Formats: sequence, structure tokens, C-alpha cells
Amino acid sequence: MNWETVIGLEVHAQLSTDSKIFSGASTAFGAEPNSQACAVDLGLPGALPVVNIRAVEMAVKFGLAVNGRIASHSIFARKNYFYPDLPKGYQISQYEDPIVSGGVLPIDFDGGITDIQLTRAHLEEDAGKSAHGNVLGATGIDLNRAGTALLEIVSEPVMRSAKEAVAYLRELHQLVQYLKICDGNMEEGSFRCDANVSVRLKGDTEFGTRTEIKNLNSFRFVERAIDFEVERQIDVLTEGGSITQETRLYDTEAGETRSMRGKEDAHDYRYFPDPDLLPVHVAPEFIEDLSVQLPELPRAKRQRFVTDYELSQDDASLLTGSAETAAYFEACLAAEAVDPKALSNWIVGELFAALNEAGLKIEYCPIKPTDFSVLIERISDGTISGKMAKEVFQAMWDGEGNADEVIDARGLEQISDSAAIEAAVDEVIAENSDQVAQFRAGKEKVLGFLVGQVMKKTKGQANPKVANELMKKQLGDGE
Amino acid sequence: MSDQFPSSVAQLAAGLRDGEYSSVELTKAYLTRISEHDDALNSFITVCDESALAQARAADAAIAAGAANNLCGVPYANKDIFCTSDVRTSCGSKMLDNFIAPYDAGVVERLNAAGMVMLGKTNMDEFAMGSSNETSFYGRTCNPWDLSRVPGGSSGGSAAAVAASLAPIATGTDTGGSIRQPAAFCGISGLKPTYGRVSRYGMIAFASSLDQGGPMGRTAEDLALLMNVIAGFDERDSTSLEMPDEDFGRLLNKPIENARIGVPSEYFGPDLDAEIGALLERAIAEFEKLGATICEVSLPNSQLAIPAYYVIALAECSSNLSRYDGIRFGHQCENAVDLTDLYERSRAEGFGEEVKRRILVGTYALSSGYYDAYYRKAQQIRRLIKQDFVNAFDDVDFLIGPTTPDVAFTAGCHSSDPVTMYLSDIYTTAVNLAGLPALSIPAGQVSGLPVGLQLIGNYFSEAAMLGLADRYQKNSSWHLSHPSEICAGGPS
Repeated sequence: MNWETVIGLEVHAQLSTDSKIFSGASTAFGAEPNSQACAVDLGLPGALPVVNIRAVEMAVKFGLAVNGRIASHSIFARKNYFYPDLPKGYQISQYEDPIVSGGVLPIDFDGGITDIQLTRAHLEEDAGKSAHGNVLGATGIDLNRAGTALLEIVSEPVMRSAKEAVAYLRELHQLVQYLKICDGNMEEGSFRCDANVSVRLKGDTEFGTRTEIKNLNSFRFVERAIDFEVERQIDVLTEGGSITQETRLYDTEAGETRSMRGKEDAHDYRYFPDPDLLPVHVAPEFIEDLSVQLPELPRAKRQRFVTDYELSQDDASLLTGSAETAAYFEACLAAEAVDPKALSNWIVGELFAALNEAGLKIEYCPIKPTDFSVLIERISDGTISGKMAKEVFQAMWDGEGNADEVIDARGLEQISDSAAIEAAVDEVIAENSDQVAQFRAGKEKVLGFLVGQVMKKTKGQANPKVANELMKKQLGDGE
Repeated sequence: MSDQFPSSVAQLAAGLRDGEYSSVELTKAYLTRISEHDDALNSFITVCDESALAQARAADAAIAAGAANNLCGVPYANKDIFCTSDVRTSCGSKMLDNFIAPYDAGVVERLNAAGMVMLGKTNMDEFAMGSSNETSFYGRTCNPWDLSRVPGGSSGGSAAAVAASLAPIATGTDTGGSIRQPAAFCGISGLKPTYGRVSRYGMIAFASSLDQGGPMGRTAEDLALLMNVIAGFDERDSTSLEMPDEDFGRLLNKPIENARIGVPSEYFGPDLDAEIGALLERAIAEFEKLGATICEVSLPNSQLAIPAYYVIALAECSSNLSRYDGIRFGHQCENAVDLTDLYERSRAEGFGEEVKRRILVGTYALSSGYYDAYYRKAQQIRRLIKQDFVNAFDDVDFLIGPTTPDVAFTAGCHSSDPVTMYLSDIYTTAVNLAGLPALSIPAGQVSGLPVGLQLIGNYFSEAAMLGLADRYQKNSSWHLSHPSEICAGGPS
């Protein structure tokens, strides 16, 4: 049978606000448990929420970036349920009248562009964390995260494979970081995903029964979990069974999804407008101000890099992977009119490798763009060879100075002067009569050895191209 | 307080400033009175002898230094719903019997800044849910006019304390009449301000969209003085109104010739006790004599106020009280076997019967499948009720009517049927649904029990309403009568 997968994603992006969405407490990660929870976050009697305008701004920015409708009047609602890490017994979220409705995120997938339709994006507060096992015989509760601002971004069920879902997720992940509304740190839980998955026979117009998979905190797990779940559902259906609508947890160790709670255990959340908060009014001027502040978005930047710098789609994607990388690239170009392609190769190659190894983000790169572009320029003007450049790069990375300083200090300048190289060539010919004879007998491979000797004699500083030509010329002359 | 001290806050404050007596003397006199009479009344949950005297000493120092505010050194009683950082805030519930808030309510900060002296925290219906003070975990409060009767609720402790001169003035909160009804039952004055006037920050929530703090005292003038202290914008309460500070006493002692007062026909129907109706007729005639124009108006949706109110208030309370889960503060059951057990027993043990009833009803009204029929419908009715008032205020400046359909009832008489108790709020809840200001002042007695007159004003018209009430009180003496049983004379 020919099955079709249907996937919709719910992403929780933690907004990069300094303080919580309804209180003044800090949102910094990693503080002592419960040190960043104030009376509001603790749900103390009489404590009241006040909306953090920064969170509203960020949600509006997102709405603008995906071309969604920004509600002029949106409502915070209470989602009621009991859990120890939910101090008030309800989560303040949005239900009817979310701040952003609709919208679309185009993604590059399968050699083309697919528009992923969004249902909505709404603001809500995060819960705290229950820590099992840290406290002997008890469950610890850390409310530092309680009240942290989240933007829940819900897609329509329009994706048809785990790979497509991941492509959407990556695009979204990149977008929220470009917008500077989320740090995208998946390990710390700043960008979390739940997947709604169902299967149906190709050609069916009705959706199959879906399951919701929770706890997907990496792109890899999203793909694996969906693939596993699709297989599982197909197996069940093929064997004549039926899918139960339920919430499933992805077990990263076992690589499988497991039932967490069924529909019968589903909460009746008793949503109703939060009477402690007034409706959020978003004025047209407010939207206008934010739309002016909107940065160039990843897709537009990518296209511009292809067009303006004649880069391949792949290179452009890599260079625009983060706004900071793109900014680094363009800062290099602004400093020196180097060849964009050569620059791109060096950033994507040497620089990325070094950054990776050091675990550094490009904004903390020890080599300034102005210095990096000089290095590229020294390769293209023939001062150093590509091979030498790697040594210079390493020295620059280690803080030995800029490209020219390193070249000077280490005497790495390439010798392109024919007279100097000619002398070395003549010496090599004189010292290697056997190999010269072999070459002349037609064994052309020996040329490489002879040129290598020239490089050795010049301590690698001879311009290899010039050395090669001169050697050929000298050997030819001797005939 | 007639022998040594005057009974009105305005006079008390003047005496303090003029050095006729110190705040410590005044505070001691009230604390003595509380110790002598509150065993009978049970109007206080917590009496703050030491901290009150400390505040009084500080007030005396400030007065001596000439740095004192208007009400500096004046004692008051604080409803036990306002969080205080050094004194337990129980909200009348076993659930919070051990709760000391780590912060002061916005209202308490203002009272402290004004240099006022908190005598103690007054008794109240549990979580402000009740009209009789009978639901308090700390036992019922008695009406000083007749100890077998209730003082009204939920601010019954504050009302009884002021009526019995255990405090010159008090704070209250009003969700569906909880300031006005006990004021009426105890023969004092009480103002429920426009929603948003008084910060709800640190005021323990019953129904957030209806709750409003306000003053309870002997006279309209005293209410104005306390309003000047407690009202004002608080950025920590999103529903707080950002308005410039105003003097709520600016229209006291002014003529009322231009006042147009409407009499809603719906408030004088068969529900109203005939003798109360007659007293109100006389009061209305008095207002007319003072120069006001009286006309009949209609609030056609009045009969919908009680059902709409009880759906909205209970829906909100069911959610507001979810935080009392026995985990972070408040009552926690012993030896819980698992999480569900912890929740169930902590809440079953910590909450009283009426609170549980309201949580259950409110939960039901918000449940999937019932939401539209109850909560959404109630919100629609709420808009109709508000519109009734808007229409009425096109033609008149104030509305006048009874505060309650009857005088204070006997304790226990509604215990078998909570709905009959709910009906005692028929004239008060519509005001909360509309967010309007309203006050109750004494306007006579039936069988020796006080009768309250309710004035309802347009949004932000507190000063004008207080001016009107003040005019009436300057021409009548009902507000000066004291319950003979307890407080003949007052402390001396």
C-alpha cells in the first residue's frame, strides 16, 4: 500500500527577553534553582501579571517576517491544569485571538521552494522544571524558568516527510535567530518542537488519526522520531489495527516513541480570558516601527548572496547560516575588494573548521574581518601561496598579529622574482643529473620531484607556478 | 470614642496634628477596646498590638518633626485579604492560616507611607466568598447591633469593628457587594470605587474582574480621606487606572442643587422589605429637599445580574484558587502518598464548604461543552447590564436605591440554602459587573437594625458621590447612631 505522511509542528521558541513575560524576574539560564522566581512567578496570593512589552514586540516581528496577520486586539487566556511546576495552577497563554494568525514560511526542499503555511503564533509563559532524582526521595521544583516568555508557532499539517519537517524547522530556527527574538539554543530548551504525525493512504482526503510526539530537542531527533512514528503507525494500520489519538514521548536512548497519555486522559484546560490582564492592543504605528527595524531575512540574504557575489546556492546558504556569519563575510568584502568566491571558500573551509574546533561562534572569532580579508588579498596578489596562507591563518588565529605581520615575522613571503628562482633551478639541475636525464628520456613525472627540490631550496617561498615554468624552460633549453 | 477622642477620622487626625493626644495614646485606646470587646464580636483575626504601637511611635515622631501626612498616626483596621509582610494574611481560610506574605499589598504600602497605624487584620468570609462572615475559618463575626445576627460579608469584620468603634476606619474589598452590604448591615459608610482605582496588587483575588478595594468608615468625609490614601495607579496591577491623583474630598460641603438622581424602578420591587422601602422614600425626599432632582429610571436587565455575577465570579475564583495546591505555601496535608493525594487532601482540608462549592460551580461553568452556555453567555449579559447603566447615566448623575433587600439576618438562617444567601446581593452585584463606583450610607433603622442606602455613580464620580453622601449626612444623623449593646461611648 502507498502511504502518505502528514506532519504539523508546534514549536516553542523561548523569546530573548531579559525579564519574564509577566514579571520583572531575570531569565538568565543556569542560575541557582528558584533564585530567579519572584512573587508573580511563585504564584503567591495577590501577585499579579504585567505583560512585558518586549515579548509583544518580538511576537509582532515574527508575525511580520512570516507575513501573518497581527491582531490589533489579542487576548491572554488561562489554561488551567494542576502540576507542581505550574505555580498558579494555570498557564497564561493565548487561545481565541492570538497575536499572530496565518503566515507562511517558504523553505528550500527537494530542489524547489515549498511554502509552509502557519496556523498561528501566540505568546505564553513557560512552566518551571520538575527535577526527579536530584533530591533524595522527593521531586525538586525549580521555578527559574516559570514565566519565561515563549512564542508558540503552529504550522498547518502540510509537511509530508520527516525530512521536510526538519527543513521547515531549520528555516524557522534560522529565522527566529535572524529576528533576534530567540537564541535558538536547543540544548538549553530555547527552541523546542512537538510533532503531530499521522499517515493516510495516498489519495485520501481525510487525515488519519494523529499522535503528538513531545520532547524533540534536536533536528536529528525530530527526524528519527517522526520516521519511527510513521513506521509504527503504518505497521499498526497494515496489521488491521487503528491509531489511538494520544501524546507520545520520544525516548532518545531507545530511539522510539512511547505512549505518554491517551485521549481519555486529555485535560479539559477550561481556557478563559485572563481577567488580570487587559487585551493587548497593537497600534498600526507600533507595527510600522517594528517593520522598519526588521532585518534582511535569511531567504532574501541568501538570494542576494547568489546574485551579488555570484556564489553557489550551497555557499550562499552556508554563509547566511547565521546573520553573524553573513555579516562577517560582508565586513571582509567591505574592507578589501577580494574575490567573493575565494573569500567564501576560506570562511567555509578554514575559518569554520577553526571555529568548530574551538567551539566558538563567529561573533567571537579572534580574527577580525578586516584582518581576514587582508589574508585573502595576500593570496590573490601572490604574496603567499595557498599553502603558506594556512600557516599564516593559524598564526593569526593564535594572536601573532595580522597577515602582513605574520608573513614578515616568519619570512613567508613568496618569491616570484624569476632571477632568484632561476638560480635555485640551475642548482637543482646541476645536483640531480640522474633525474634530469630521466626527464629528458621522456619520464615527465620526474618534473614534480625537481620542482619540489626547488621549493625545498627556497624553503617553500618560491612561487610554485613560477618555479614550475622556469624548471621546464631550463630543462628544455638543455636539449 | 466620645469621651476622650472624637469618632471621625477627620477629627482624630486634626487632634493628632494639634497635639491634643498622641498616636500612641489613641492606638492604645483602640487596642484596649479591641481586647475588651472583640471576644464577643470576633471582628479581628489578628490583632497587632506591638507593631501597631511601633507604628504609632513612628507616627508621633513624624508629627513632632512636622513631616506627617494628613492621616499620619490614625489607626485603622485592615481586612485580612491585603497582604502584609510582617503579619499573617489568612484571607479567612485555613488554607492560609500559616501564610505570611513576603511583601506588602499596594494598598498597604500606601497606608504605611501615610503613617497610618494598623490595629489588626479583620475577619472575613473565607476568600471573600460569602455575605455573612459565617464562612470564615476563624469563626463568624457578630453584628454589634445584635450579636445573634451577621455583620454581612465578606468585609464583615471591618464593618463590625468600625460600627463597634474598635477602629475608626477600615479597609474592605467588594466583589459583589462585600463593602456595601456589611456597611449597610452594621450602620456604617462604605465605598466601592470604580474598578481600577485601588490597586489589586497584593489583594488576594476572589474574582479578579470584579474585586475592588475601598474604604469603610463612619462618614462620607472619612471615606474620602481614606480614598486619598489608598487610591492611585499601580503599575504592578494591569487593571489599575493610570489617572492623575485627585482629592476625593474636594466636593464635600458643597451644595448639590444640580444633582440629578435616578430611582431605578427595578430596585423597588417585591424583593425589597417594605419598611426599608419606606425609609428610602424618606431619604430620597431628603435629597430632593436638599436640591437634587429626582426621577425614575429603568435598569431593564437587573434581574440578570445575580446569575451572570455568580457565573463570572465563580468561574474566575475556580481558576484563581488553583494556586492553593499545598506545594509552595499554605496548608499541606500530612503523609501524602502521591501527587493527586497531596492535591486532593490539601485542598479538601484547607478550603471550607462554601469555597469548595464555588470552585466546583466555577469549574463546571468553564468546562468544555458548557463554556458557551454559561461563561460566554454571562459575559454577554455583563455587557447588557453595563449598557443599562450607560443609558441611565445619559439622563441622571446618580442612581439611588437600597443596598440590601433586608436588614442583617440571623446567623445560620441561610445555611441550608446558599442560593437564598446569594440573593441578598441583588442590588449590589450589577455595579461590580459594570465596574462602577457605589457607596452605602446609613439611612434609618428597622427594628433597631441599620438600613443602608446605596448611591451608584458614573465611572470616576467618587468625589461627587461622596459630596452627595456628605450633604445627606450633614442633614441627618443615622450615621452617628451606635450599637448600644457594645459601644456606648467608645473607649475612654
